[in-house]
Amino acid sequence: MSELRTDCEDGTFKIRTCAWSPPGDHPVGCGMFLTVKDGKVVHVEGDASHPITNGRLCVRCLTLPEYIYHEDRILTPLYRDPADRGKDAWKPISWDEALDIIEERVNYIKANYGAEAIVAFQGTGREATLYKTPLAYAALGTPNSCFPMSGDSCYGPRASVADFLLGAGYPELDYAAYFPDRYDDPRYEVPKYIILWGKDPLFSNPDGFFGHSLIDLMKRGSKFITIDPRLTWLGTRADYHLQLRPGTDSALGLGLLNVIISEDLYDHEFVENWCFGFEELAERAAEYPLEKVEKITWVPKETIQAAARAFATSHPSSIMWGLAIDTSANGVQAGHCVLALAAITGNLDVPGGITLSKPASFMGKWRYECAQQLPPGMLEKQISDPRYKGFLAAHVIAHPDRILDTLETEEPYPLKMAWFYSSNLIANTAAAQPKRWFSALRRLEFNVCQDIFMTPTAMGLCDLFLPVSSFAEHDGIVLPHFGRNTHMVASMNKAVTVGDCRSDLEIDFLVGKRLNPKAWPWETISDFFTAQIEPQLGITFPQLQEMSLMQQKFEYRKYEKGLLRNDGEQGFNTPTGLVELKSSLYEDWGEDPLPYYEEPSYSFISRPEEADMYPLVFTMGGRVTTSFHSEHRQIPSLRAITPDAIVQIHPDTAAKYGIEEGDWVRIENSLGYAVEKAHLSPIVDPRVVHGTHGWWYPEQDGEEPNLYGVWQSSVNSLVPHAKNGKMGFGAPYKCVNCKIVKVESLQG
Amino acid sequence: MSDYALFIDYKYCTNCHVCEVTCRTEHNIPLDEWGIKVAEMGPVKLNGKWMWNYVPVPSDLCDFCADRRERGEDPTCVHHCLAQCIEVIPVDQITERMKLAGKTATVFIP
Repeated sequence: MSELRTDCEDGTFKIRTCAWSPPGDHPVGCGMFLTVKDGKVVHVEGDASHPITNGRLCVRCLTLPEYIYHEDRILTPLYRDPADRGKDAWKPISWDEALDIIEERVNYIKANYGAEAIVAFQGTGREATLYKTPLAYAALGTPNSCFPMSGDSCYGPRASVADFLLGAGYPELDYAAYFPDRYDDPRYEVPKYIILWGKDPLFSNPDGFFGHSLIDLMKRGSKFITIDPRLTWLGTRADYHLQLRPGTDSALGLGLLNVIISEDLYDHEFVENWCFGFEELAERAAEYPLEKVEKITWVPKETIQAAARAFATSHPSSIMWGLAIDTSANGVQAGHCVLALAAITGNLDVPGGITLSKPASFMGKWRYECAQQLPPGMLEKQISDPRYKGFLAAHVIAHPDRILDTLETEEPYPLKMAWFYSSNLIANTAAAQPKRWFSALRRLEFNVCQDIFMTPTAMGLCDLFLPVSSFAEHDGIVLPHFGRNTHMVASMNKAVTVGDCRSDLEIDFLVGKRLNPKAWPWETISDFFTAQIEPQLGITFPQLQEMSLMQQKFEYRKYEKGLLRNDGEQGFNTPTGLVELKSSLYEDWGEDPLPYYEEPSYSFISRPEEADMYPLVFTMGGRVTTSFHSEHRQIPSLRAITPDAIVQIHPDTAAKYGIEEGDWVRIENSLGYAVEKAHLSPIVDPRVVHGTHGWWYPEQDGEEPNLYGVWQSSVNSLVPHAKNGKMGFGAPYKCVNCKIVKVESLQG
Repeated sequence: MSDYALFIDYKYCTNCHVCEVTCRTEHNIPLDEWGIKVAEMGPVKLNGKWMWNYVPVPSDLCDFCADRRERGEDPTCVHHCLAQCIEVIPVDQITERMKLAGKTATVFIP
């Protein structure tokens, strides 16, 4: 392993670091050297000694200097009179002035409306994921910490289903990430089949999984089964590609279970010893014969049968489940099917199967303890929904759809202030019905954001802008999987200073020490990290910085060793101590304890009266390597590769509607519309179109009403508000109806 | 002719654009020129089977990263390629490596 800092003869030096954010990505912790010359990062080089990334880097890190030194970057706190929202009337101020404003406004709101009148929103994936809720609870004193995606449709549903049914942390493909020798470790086996379900990890690097590990495994012999409404590149290399109708995942899951159970291809030993409710699951799966499943999902029954047989008879095999599981009101049931498939085929926590984590979640303790910083009775004021007992059991955050209702109705109480924590929420990634969110948030008295660049959300809604530093400019910790099933803990090491920016955690410290100092006792960021990691890893943060990263110890078959339950007994940390193929919790929460299929609420079947008007299915969210959600639109090298928001349309469908390659297309349903540029491609079914999310146009006029063109490619405007599952999870982000029309321009 | 070649096993190329971008930053190549560029074939169904291949193609600007090689480092596209499908090999191994890789491989000799 190389040094943290290497001084070169020409006066330059290199800092070794592992990336999180900003710029955005999930916490993969890719290893690299940043070469610094005259105080500036001039070169980025992958660290070949990194056990996961081996020197590889994606285009977003390779272009880091363009991002760090971009002329549009905000380098000092900015203030604007709330009367001027939507106008470029920002004035630079100092951090002290910014903190004075925050203190005065927060105290005013607390005194007049209560701290619960403040709501803190976070974006997805970035370091904000760890540090926003502590800001809300332990600095601002509000219980209203919110991820503003309808039904919390990102990660939360899957993590919760895993909690309910397995009592274990986030299940992940075993890619030998815990082992220093990786795939060569004698304990490891290469998975024979990997199911990629609603997931294209090559460019999403989901939750900290290094996507191109799949290519490593392909080279070592793993075969693929892809389940995706689009034929992905990996799908063309898969033995089986199940191209389903968007939103029908649970029906497909029940069909696969039906084949494996009825043909007696399941792992009897595991089912008898470690599973609860198998008979009932078998009865439920029998209600989904393949003819019925084909009709629902559009996947030929022969393909379902062949894929189920190949998966069940090839051991070990693994499954990766993606965001598509979350982005459906029926997603809890789809996730249930995925975990049941993994369990009954004996692939849980075995080499080359699916790793499970220990019950403790890394740094989670601190995050949960922050809720105790709220005054007595305050958590009870959190905006939630008593109907959603499953959501309440799993989460300590506000329900996003109820927050919009509260913003619009002022019931049960008025909200007065918002804090946008690395969240450009109107920019077609998180919020469904973004114009409704925008109008409702515009009425608040005081709004703060912390981000890197001016965004439509900040320009339209905020009064105070706090500039965030990139990962090259601060010390920090990277926790793949956000602290659950975390194969390594790595350090981010500061290389340079740019402007007067702060990391998310440094902002927490500044605001926390000002508003609620007793909850922020650490002298420095380094002291804080040492306090977090020392009990578990036995090293201080400076020691971690010297080491770069530390892979954690891992044990297979923890359920046999008493390593999953808090009481040290064998089994799983569920009420029955077993994998709950039938949930022993769901009935109390008003939910069917077994998986079932429910038609998406905005499909041509659910809304037959709209079937002629909106005959196509709109799905979206497939990733490209050149951006992280709504980020990176202003980076020249990346924008040159991906200049436009693309809608993929089958050539036959395009011909039917008179659309040619490169035409502007208006995608529309009863709720809203978006304009994107047509790309004709056979990778989508003729009945489906796929749009891209997160588009706004930094090169356009930023002031109102244009707001950098954020309403032009507003794919999220086609997604309904509050169409969630029975437990409060999921929303149809990837499965609504639509029509397509050729238009003359992006403004069309 | 160089003693070494870029061996590209393109069945693994995912079109991550890393070779294009890292070559550009390494050699200060402007946005309208290319040191290496990824070509696309497909997606198209041929004889009942999907073909969707990407092939990195070096240009006349490729100097095989002479400076890096002098320092004992790999060319930057080789070092950073996410799929690790570009390698530096001695030219006398080309035939053997092509045989092993099957039909989805190509070489470039600077």
